[in-house]
Amino acid sequence: MVKIGLEIHCQLTKLKSKLFCSCKADYREFEPNMNICPICSGIPGSLPLLNQNAVEKATTIAMALNCEIPEKIAFFRKNYFYPDLPKNFQITQLNAYGDTSIGSRGKISINNKEIRIRRIQLEEDPGRLIYEGATERTKITLVDYNRAGTPLVEIVTEPDFENPGEVRIFLNVLSDLLENLGVSDPGLEGAMRADANVSIEGGVKVEIKNIGSFHDLEKAVHFEITRQQSLHERKIEIIQETRHWDDRRKITVSSRSKEEEGEYRYFLESDIPWVNIRSDTKDQLKTTMPENISSKKERYISKYNIAPQVADILASDKYYSELFEKSHSENDAKDIANLITTDLMGLVDTREKRDSSKLLATHLSELVDAIAKKRITRTSAKDILQDMIKTGNSLSVILEKSDLNQISNHDELSKIISDVLLNEENAANEARLKPETINFLVGKVMQKTKGKADPIITLEILKEKLGI
Amino acid sequence: MDLRLSALNYVTSIKNGDFTVEEFIEKTLERIKDVDEKVHAFLQVSDTALENANKIDRRIKSNDKIGKFYGMPISVKDNMCVEGTITTCASKVLENFIAPYTGTAVSRLEFDDAIIIGKTNLDEFAMGLSTEFSAYGPSRNPWNTDFVPGGSSGGSAVSVSANECIASLGSDTGGSIRNPASFCSVVGLKPTYGLVSRYGLISYANSIEQIGPMTRTVEDSAFLLNSISGVDSNDNTTVEKSHHDYLQNIDAGISGKTIGIVSEMTNSDGVSTEVMNATNNSIKTFEKLGANCEEMSLGSVPYAVAAYYTITSTEAGSNLARYDNIRYGYDFDSEGFEFNSYISKARKKLGPEVTRRMILGGFVPSAGYAGKYFLKALKVKSKLTAEINNAFKKFDFLISPTVPIQPFKFGEKIEDPVSFMLIDFNTVTANLTGKPAISVPYENSNGLPIGIQIMANSFEENKLFQAAYALEKTVDLPEVPL
Ligand SMILES: [Zn+2]
Repeated sequence: MVKIGLEIHCQLTKLKSKLFCSCKADYREFEPNMNICPICSGIPGSLPLLNQNAVEKATTIAMALNCEIPEKIAFFRKNYFYPDLPKNFQITQLNAYGDTSIGSRGKISINNKEIRIRRIQLEEDPGRLIYEGATERTKITLVDYNRAGTPLVEIVTEPDFENPGEVRIFLNVLSDLLENLGVSDPGLEGAMRADANVSIEGGVKVEIKNIGSFHDLEKAVHFEITRQQSLHERKIEIIQETRHWDDRRKITVSSRSKEEEGEYRYFLESDIPWVNIRSDTKDQLKTTMPENISSKKERYISKYNIAPQVADILASDKYYSELFEKSHSENDAKDIANLITTDLMGLVDTREKRDSSKLLATHLSELVDAIAKKRITRTSAKDILQDMIKTGNSLSVILEKSDLNQISNHDELSKIISDVLLNEENAANEARLKPETINFLVGKVMQKTKGKADPIITLEILKEKLGI
Repeated sequence: MDLRLSALNYVTSIKNGDFTVEEFIEKTLERIKDVDEKVHAFLQVSDTALENANKIDRRIKSNDKIGKFYGMPISVKDNMCVEGTITTCASKVLENFIAPYTGTAVSRLEFDDAIIIGKTNLDEFAMGLSTEFSAYGPSRNPWNTDFVPGGSSGGSAVSVSANECIASLGSDTGGSIRNPASFCSVVGLKPTYGLVSRYGLISYANSIEQIGPMTRTVEDSAFLLNSISGVDSNDNTTVEKSHHDYLQNIDAGISGKTIGIVSEMTNSDGVSTEVMNATNNSIKTFEKLGANCEEMSLGSVPYAVAAYYTITSTEAGSNLARYDNIRYGYDFDSEGFEFNSYISKARKKLGPEVTRRMILGGFVPSAGYAGKYFLKALKVKSKLTAEINNAFKKFDFLISPTVPIQPFKFGEKIEDPVSFMLIDFNTVTANLTGKPAISVPYENSNGLPIGIQIMANSFEENKLFQAAYALEKTVDLPEVPL
């Protein structure tokens, strides 16, 4: 049996400041080394000042992943040399001397399978190395400390995954969960990173590091299983080692450097006093914690009779569920849900599109209302949505400008249909013989009215005129 | 004008108009020029001191509100950041490091209108007890320049003792304030851990070290502590102080108080005859002052030095890891260097004692050895803390000689690291347990000073000052022969 465990690093991008100083947690906008101070650049004499909001966010994550949370947490130093690490140690957490990390022994279910969470810890991100000329063999390496000290949560799972597919589902569930909690924006470049460990039946554990995206993680795990299985078949020993994911060649490569082997001389970071996680703070966080995805989904199904697949999409995407929550009323909930998952989804499927969208929740309720009152057709709704996203105009403004009002006037439609039947004599004859071909004529009417004809009335008039 | 003034008397004189700040600073700078080539207390002397003195004089003339130090010259150990000044830690690695900010203790002194007259010498990164490990040459004991001044805050002790300033800030990790205070006949206080902000103090062993005043009198020590102590938003380990004026009731006396004489520190083989005699005399004095003295034992003290070196080396190995030649001390071409040789070359600028402790610090907490060394040291630390907490249920104070021996000659001890380390025997306990401790000048034997150490329970600095003040009032020591 294949066993896969994950270590996921998630930046708490929704925080204002870094973990131990007041520099911005969102370092992405800055020129190199312009988002630093004595603390995060490790200037001698500076001391870490713990960001209490980060502790709260991490506690929220631990609670959402059903972890045990200790009464007191502590920080440790992980000592290792790397140029992107300003102090040559990282401030992190450790459970070696009792449970002092923010969360332990949690669980989360994916597709009716339980994945155990071993530990969650709060720690600081290092800076970044930039290899001038984009290859790792060039002479010059630049160091940018803007990212150094960004709050990270490391989530370590037990080796409970059996195939790359489960890994993918888990990562989707986890990133939806983190986004839903309002702690992180998993869509931001570098906000979510992962390491994996993989072993096959009777084999040893191999770690894969340096996986830059979740998409690649699935690929890397798949590659590693195949590699180990083929070694096993050829009776070649699998070595317990750390391998790197080569992003360009899409393979894992053995890390030869010895200094990466774990001699971290962990010890307590006494510059940060132990933090009490008070039970009233936990209660407070619990009440302010956003509704979780599965209970949201249940609510959509039971309260509004929304189809399970639709409810799933809505509940797990924070953007969609927020739109839904703001726009729906008791009566139009189902229609709004369908509008979002059928028409809107393709239009705002990337972060950039969402950022630039001018769509408001009221737009959706206007639209659903107009469809119900037959002022517009279901078909033209999509064009109108596109317009709303682009301009932010209300429905009435758009209708006035572009004449998309539905033609449901009987006489008007009757005249148009007569014209169509005159031009399509053959089709009309065929429809009289084979009524199922009538859709061709409906299509022609739609074409002529640019989709504004009410399809139900059109069908009625056609049948009447054809005598079927 | 007498440069030997205490801080309190200086303030009175300025208020009386006996002399101006500028006159005093000018004379202080002359004194430094005269004697510092003999004692080498300073690594750097301020070039803005006179200008600042002049500004304060003008403010005094126009009846502005003046901070309580009235332009008093105070020196600062060169492991504390002062914005815009080179802060070397007496190391070649930081010979060009210009601090981009001022640490809290120093900025509080400046806020109260002290003039930072210069940065004083120390053992490299505060590791040592004689200043012989300064990369810029040792400081010399003003009582006899053939002898070491103690350390690591040797330069600070010398600057006060040789009348080159009125007071100084030192730092104490295992005795680094009290040891040179004892050797140079000044008052040195290691405050309770958390009472004085360490922001701006370049870390050596951050879990146990503190900044503290080095002064001519016990009152001056309280006077400086009033300014530098208290909670600081830049240091999460600081706590709100319970006493706002340590000078208040400093003369309350110690009648009826109980004093424990720590037998491990007082009656061991390592204590010299002169120091033993001085200690016995001080016990008699305490009894005359109305205190009840009683011999007692802190059973873990014999293991304290080993625990101290294990813990401090571990922390030093981490705190000094950043001096890797990438950001500090850069001066050679990295071309063609393989990782291990790069690191060893990068650290070649570190001196012998720092190197020794970095190596030790890489070993004692490492996987496979931590259980045998580092974790055991932590156990000694917590056992010792439990013992001393228990002792303070019975005793108001614990006393011992500050250092088991008197100042020694240059080169006399440096070749034998273990006997060198044992000089810390009496001072490390206060650091490992976080307790406040003060060294009070008590005797002078063969022309060299001897200090008595008094320890009190955490945050009982007010009591500690009362005992130290009472003892100080009984002694009459000679003037420094320089
Ligand atoms: Zn910063």
